[in-house]
Amino acid sequence: MKNEWPLWEIFIRGQHGMSHRHVGSLHAPDAEMAIKNARDVYTRRNEGVSIWVVEANHIAASSPGDKGPLYEPSESKVYRHPTFFDIPEEVGAM
Amino acid sequence: MYAQMVKSEATQDDPEKLAAFQARIDRGEKIEPKDWMPEGYRKTLIRQIGQHAHSEIVGQLPEGNWITRAPTLERKAILLAKVQDEAGHGLYLYCAAETLGVSRDELTEMLLDGRMKYSSIFNYPTLNWADIGAVGWLVDGAAIMNQVPLQRTSFGPYSRAMIRVCKEESFHQRQGYDAIRKMAEGTPEQKKMAQDALNRLWFPSLMMFGPSDKDSVHSEQSMAWKIKMNTNDELRQKFVDQTVPQIEFLGLELPDPGIKWNEERGHYDYTDPDWSEFFDVIKGNGPCNTDRLAARNNAWKDGAWVRDGLLAHAQKKAARKHAAE
Ligand SMILES: [Fe+2]
Ligand SMILES: [Fe+2]
Repeated sequence: MKNEWPLWEIFIRGQHGMSHRHVGSLHAPDAEMAIKNARDVYTRRNEGVSIWVVEANHIAASSPGDKGPLYEPSESKVYRHPTFFDIPEEVGAM
Repeated sequence: MYAQMVKSEATQDDPEKLAAFQARIDRGEKIEPKDWMPEGYRKTLIRQIGQHAHSEIVGQLPEGNWITRAPTLERKAILLAKVQDEAGHGLYLYCAAETLGVSRDELTEMLLDGRMKYSSIFNYPTLNWADIGAVGWLVDGAAIMNQVPLQRTSFGPYSRAMIRVCKEESFHQRQGYDAIRKMAEGTPEQKKMAQDALNRLWFPSLMMFGPSDKDSVHSEQSMAWKIKMNTNDELRQKFVDQTVPQIEFLGLELPDPGIKWNEERGHYDYTDPDWSEFFDVIKGNGPCNTDRLAARNNAWKDGAWVRDGLLAHAQKKAARKHAAE
């Protein structure tokens, strides 16, 4: 609306070496304030050691209608999974 | 509940699309913001999530009232953390509502001019420290009853917000029970205060679940859409069953002489709250409606220069950076 602060998407990396993960969004006037607000809103219980903020309108997203063309091709490629192959027990761990 | 009597919107969409949509929900799929959804689903959710968010925000007022007067520094720090959590809950929920195409300012303005409601419970006053214990124990306890099943709601952003909220909520109830337990086990005067707080807040807490199922007109569609997971009476009964032993443990008297174990039903019987009082509070005539809305309106007005100033500063900084590039 009139003077609304922009929306930011917030990504947090937890303690155990995992990637940053999307945790939610918030409004802030700029990136610096977005990080400060994210610290208050999303890390009150040691949830993270690193914060990324991205202005929401800079995120490009796939659309639900593209589900077919995007993901169906991988459904028929079962051989991409290790369980596709039978390995004799005698061979040992693989 | 935090969202009481949310009117579900009629839907005039293509029956084929509607059936496919319902089938997705029945299969347990989550609906995401960019997916097709019936207009009624969208509008009902905006109203429900908005009301839930407003309740978290307005709910800070009765407790904030006691932060500076907490009996010890530790209790003060705990209450401060609890109230800060509620601000966070409001923010998670506003963001979930915004994914449905309503802006934050629109939501705020609808609260401020009375077009949107918040839970009736926050129109009751917190008169003393015992009330703060009772609020955490009973009001957050009742909220948990409703929020736990909502983690499974069909709308993805709402479900994710509820998961975050629920993780934080049990601290709220425990700190409340701990505070009132201290008083129930304290001096006779303190015990009397605990009893008085329980007596005053009992029926308003039961009202949080909304009118009885027989008078609850909007449940069916919302339950089919999985944005309401249980009926009002189901949740209210569950709350009574859970809370009675907690009252007995405190050594307090039951706040309702109608509470009796019913062997046949396997539940406690209890007296229904006075629904005329509930409807009166909803209409704006509770003890604190005027105060609560005035406090929110003032906060919004008094904060305007900060919001505008920070935005102007950010825009100036961005323009300068742009010019230097
Ligand atoms: Fe909350
Ligand atoms: Fe809470």
